[in-house]
This record gives sequence, C-alpha cells and structure tokens, in this order.
Amino acid sequence: MKTLNKLVAIALPALLLAGCELGSKEQEQVGFRGTAMVQINDPDSKAKVGDIPAPPYELTTEMLAGDRASTAYENVPVLGNVSVDEFNYLMQAMTTWVAPDGSNIKDAGCTYCHNPENMASDEKYTKVVARKMLQMTQNINANWKPHFAGQGDGQDNAGVTCWTCHRGNPVPVNNWSTALPEPGKITGKKYGGNTPAQSVAYASLNFDPFTGYLAGKDNIRVGGKEFPTAASKAAIQSTEKTYGLMMHMSQGLGVNCTFCHNSNNFAKWEDSRPQRVNAWYGIRMVRDINNNYITALGDVWPANRRGPHGDPLKVNCATCHQGLNKPLGGAKMLKDYPALKGAAPVAAPAPVVAAAPAPTDTAAAAEAVKPAA
Amino acid sequence: MAYQNIFTQVQLRGELEAGVPLGPDNDARFGPFGTSWLMGKLGGAQIGPVYLGKLGLASLLCGFIAIEIMGLNMAASVNWDPIQFVRQFFWLALEPPPAKYGFTFNVPLAEGGWWIAAGGFLTAAILLWWARTYVRAKELGMGTHVAWAFASAIWLYLVLGFIRPMMMGSWAEAVPFGIFPHLDWTAAFSIRYGNLFYNPFHALSIAFLYGSTLLFAMHGATILAVGRYGGEREIEQITDRGTASERAALFWRWTMGWNATMESIHRWAWWFAVLTTLTGGIGILLTGTVVDNWFLWAVDHGFAREYPATGVVDPATLPGAPQ
Repeated sequence: MKTLNKLVAIALPALLLAGCELGSKEQEQVGFRGTAMVQINDPDSKAKVGDIPAPPYELTTEMLAGDRASTAYENVPVLGNVSVDEFNYLMQAMTTWVAPDGSNIKDAGCTYCHNPENMASDEKYTKVVARKMLQMTQNINANWKPHFAGQGDGQDNAGVTCWTCHRGNPVPVNNWSTALPEPGKITGKKYGGNTPAQSVAYASLNFDPFTGYLAGKDNIRVGGKEFPTAASKAAIQSTEKTYGLMMHMSQGLGVNCTFCHNSNNFAKWEDSRPQRVNAWYGIRMVRDINNNYITALGDVWPANRRGPHGDPLKVNCATCHQGLNKPLGGAKMLKDYPALKGAAPVAAPAPVVAAAPAPTDTAAAAEAVKPAA
Repeated sequence: MAYQNIFTQVQLRGELEAGVPLGPDNDARFGPFGTSWLMGKLGGAQIGPVYLGKLGLASLLCGFIAIEIMGLNMAASVNWDPIQFVRQFFWLALEPPPAKYGFTFNVPLAEGGWWIAAGGFLTAAILLWWARTYVRAKELGMGTHVAWAFASAIWLYLVLGFIRPMMMGSWAEAVPFGIFPHLDWTAAFSIRYGNLFYNPFHALSIAFLYGSTLLFAMHGATILAVGRYGGEREIEQITDRGTASERAALFWRWTMGWNATMESIHRWAWWFAVLTTLTGGIGILLTGTVVDNWFLWAVDHGFAREYPATGVVDPATLPGAPQ
C-alpha cells in the first residue's frame, strides 16, 4: 500500500506534466519592462532553417551582359529581357527549387513544365503556372518591400525566390483552400470551428480564417474605442475568427503574441512592435498573391491542385515562413537571382484585387459576420 | 474514544434516521437508502432520504433536456460517430446564433435555435433548483443564505448568456456550450473589449475569488487544527474557556492581532463568495454596453498607466496604403 502510494505520488505529477516541454528556454525581452513583452523559445522545438541550394554556377558580369533571351528563345514574355546565360541559370535553379532531378516527382526536371520536343510550348499547365509565379515573385520583390522592411536589416532585404515557399516541392507544403460550406442541418455542422485543427494551433477557433481574411478582404480588426460607438459592431464570433488567423500567424512564424502586440491592448498600434506593421503588409501581400496570381490562373489549375471546394491551393503566412519569423532565417538568397527582383514596374501593380471565384460559395463558407469597427 | 478524523472516524450502523417530520404541503421523500462506508469517509455515512418534490423533479427534467440538446447537437456535428464524439469532445460546441439574427427567438434550430432552446431549459433547471434550495431552507426553519449565494452565481450566468446579449441586441455575444469553445470565447471576449483585466469589476471579482480561497484555507485549517478539542462543534463552545473555539480565536489574535468570531468567519466567507460572482456579473454587463475598450478606459480614468509608445503608426492610416 505504501509503495503504491509512493508510485502514485511520483507518477501523477509526471503524467500531469507530460504536455510540458522540458529543458531550458530562450527568452528575450522585446518591450517595456513589466509588460510581459518577451519572446520565449524552446531551442529544441524551434523550426530549423535547413539547407539552401547553392546557385547553379557563378553568374559573371559578361554573362549578364550577353544576348537577351528573347533573341534566342520563343515565347518568353516575362524573362525576354534577361540575358540568355541568366535565363538558363534561372531555369536550372527553378528546376532544383520546384521539381528537382532525381526526386520521386513525376516528370521531374525540365519536363515538369516543358515538352522536351518543343520547349517553347505552353501545352503543360505547369509552364503557364510557372510564368505567373515568376511575375508574382517579381511583384513581391518589387512592390511588397514594406513587408520585409526594417529591423536593422539595412537597405538590402532578403526578398523571395521560388525556394522560399517551394523547398523542392511542386506545391509548397503549407497551403490552404476554402473549407467546405457548413451544412444547413446540424449533422456535420461545426460552425466553422470546434475541431482540433492544425490551421489554428488546435484551438477550437474557426479553422478557415483564410478565405475571409487572406483571399477576401474581411475586416480583421475587432478592437474598439473607449466607449461603444455605432461603428463598434464586431461580434465575439468574428473576434474568434480573427483570433484563429492570429493563431495561424503565431504558429506559422514560431512567435508569441507579443512578437507584434502588446497584450495590454492587442488592438492599439501605438504600443505595438514594428513587426506588426510588417505583418499588416504581409496580409495584404498574401491577398495580392492569392487573388491576382493564384486564383487569377482560373481554369489552368487541374483538379489535383484544388481543394475540396474547387478553389486552387493558396498561400498563407506559413507557406513562406515555415515556423520562422524570417523565412530561411533571413538568408539573402535573392541577390543571386537578379531576374527575380522585378525592379522594373511589373504589369500588374500590387493592390488591385481581382474578382474572387464563386463569390456566393465563398461568402457562405466564411459565414456572415458584421463588419468590424 | 480516540481522536477522530476523516481516516479514523467511527461509522455507526443502526436504524436509519428519517429526519424531522415534514409539514402538510410537502411531497414524500425517497429513502433512506442505506449507508455507504466510502461516503462515510467524506461526510455522513447515511444516504437519503432525498426530498425531490415537484421543483426538484421539474429541475432535473429541464436539466436533462438541456444536456440532451447539447450532447445530441455535438454528436450530430461529428456525424453521429461515437469515436469522434469522444476524441473531439473537448472541442465540440453548441454555438449561439450568429450576429445576423440579432436578439430574436425566431432563429432556425440549426442556426443557433438549439442553443436558445438548450439555454432556456438550462436556465429553467437552474431557477427551479434555486427555488428548491429556498423552499427546503424555509421548510427546515433555516435562513435562506444558501439560496441567495446561489442566486449570485445565477446572476453571473444570466448576465453572460441572456441579460448582456439582450442589451447588446445579439445572441452572438453569448457563450457557446462546449469545453474549449467556452474558454476560447472567454479569451476572445477579453481581446474584443480591450482586455478584461482593466475592468475594475473583473478585478474585484478576482480579488473576492482569490480571497475566498484564502479565507477557506484559513478557516478550514483553523477548525481542523482544533479538531482534537472538538473544534467542529463551533457554536457550543463559543462562550466557554479553554475550548477549541477560544484557542482558534487566540491563534489568529496572536498571529495577526485580531480574530474573526465563530459566527463572523462564516459571514466573511459568504460575502466573499457572493461578491465574486456579483461583481463579476456587473463587470461583464458593463462590457460592450457601457465600455468598449477597458484598457483605454482604465488609462483615461487613472486606473492603469500608459506605457511609453513604441512609435508604431497604424499603416492603414497612411496615405496610399493597400487595403
């Protein structure tokens, strides 16, 4: 009996602590003292940066100055004005980034996008997508600098390449599509949440905050002024949806709430960290990506690149960030691929949102919420 | 007889005690049913008789219906799969109607109508049980302190689920039924209204809640500590010298210079418990109806300090900002 009691006394606290992460934590104060502005990380469970593929070869000044790709190749509307050498260099890199040779991806290598008989042909949908993605990458690097700006990085921010999201996969691992609409009856009805969903860090919050906030332009803000006004209408249910998006961001970036917010009043910008501004631009950037590039491809997407609702697989914060507040640990990869910088203004300027597909269905899935203050 | 405590208490076995006879306008009692050695370890060993009565019966029935509505809605949400019902139980919810329905009873069942129904039956069950505690206390010639303490908790419950949603004009403000869902609701509620920690009534409620646990610990420890002198027979000992009562009082007078009395300590405990939910309910009721952002309110009223601004500007206010 006594031994049993002792065993229970040892085993019970151990069981109760089973969900805890053991070991010492890293902590960093990031705001005024006494405001709990601290980032806490468990070094063992922190996302790893991983290897970054080296450029295919050294791109010399002579190579960059050579003949333009448009003189050597047909059907190169986006990269026609880069040199032939840089064009080939980039194609080789893209193969490594998206469908590397020797991987178990079907048609890996050049043939993932090209018909080897006729490299200029657009018959493979992947080539059409790749072209759009090149435009997208150039747009991000040229027009979404505010998302990358600041925090003592100097002028030269890291920028993005295909690798930032793809990491050797034809489809980036972290993606989302619209959840199936709720049934009109109680069978199977989850009110958009109340499910252990990875997308919101296993909270019972709305598991698809993305359709409304990262493709649609629903108001994410819920905080009000000191006293109620006619405009302060955000319901608790839309607050929970915002909360869901924030859980995704926290998880996707591997940071606490206080990485951006001062928890004394989450809504207040004057007490927030500058990172919140980057995130604000990031949300608009993701909307631009999802609407003007991915959804804009429309029927180009085959069925296996669409979600259960029929919309294409889209991006959220985790697509690039993958658990790190700076994707790839802030590695300056773009400098090796000047063609992706898109320094010249691209055809489609950033903040124009195309019509979303099947708006009625999307609205139904997003559930009707009143606009916030 | 040896000193008795929870482990050594002698459990008497004999003819079961029926209790005092009931007055004319009462229903019959059930039992007594017998004795339980295990329950005798925790308190009285005799089980029953139970006075159920009309109020009790109606209360249990309403409560049963409420739990059934919640449980069956949750089971339906996982397509009636018993395994998923168990696995996802802590996540499952019965949600109130969305904001578009405002505060009306004309809501389709699958859109939150079931929530209103469950809430209605649960409220009926609770109010009937309250009436039962009141009537039974009267019947025994007691004061109605238990009923009024219970009423304080009911006040908070009604504010959360009915009074405040009514004042806000929307069922969507109410709490969902469900384990994690109601916790997530709590966090979202605080964030939506600028951090509930800056709500002074919330602060009072916490003070009384923690105060209650402190008082409970002090009182429980004191009485157990004088149990060897029969300290649990508090009232009989009040006027005698050298009793457990006097020792208990002297202990506190010596350690903190002042002592509660055998009567006043229970008054203290009762008020602390009652004020926990009373002030909590006031705090919830003012949220969103009178104050929309408690942090801003607290800074404005000298209740919280303003910290140095970080210099961050809301990007949406900048000219040419993307939408």
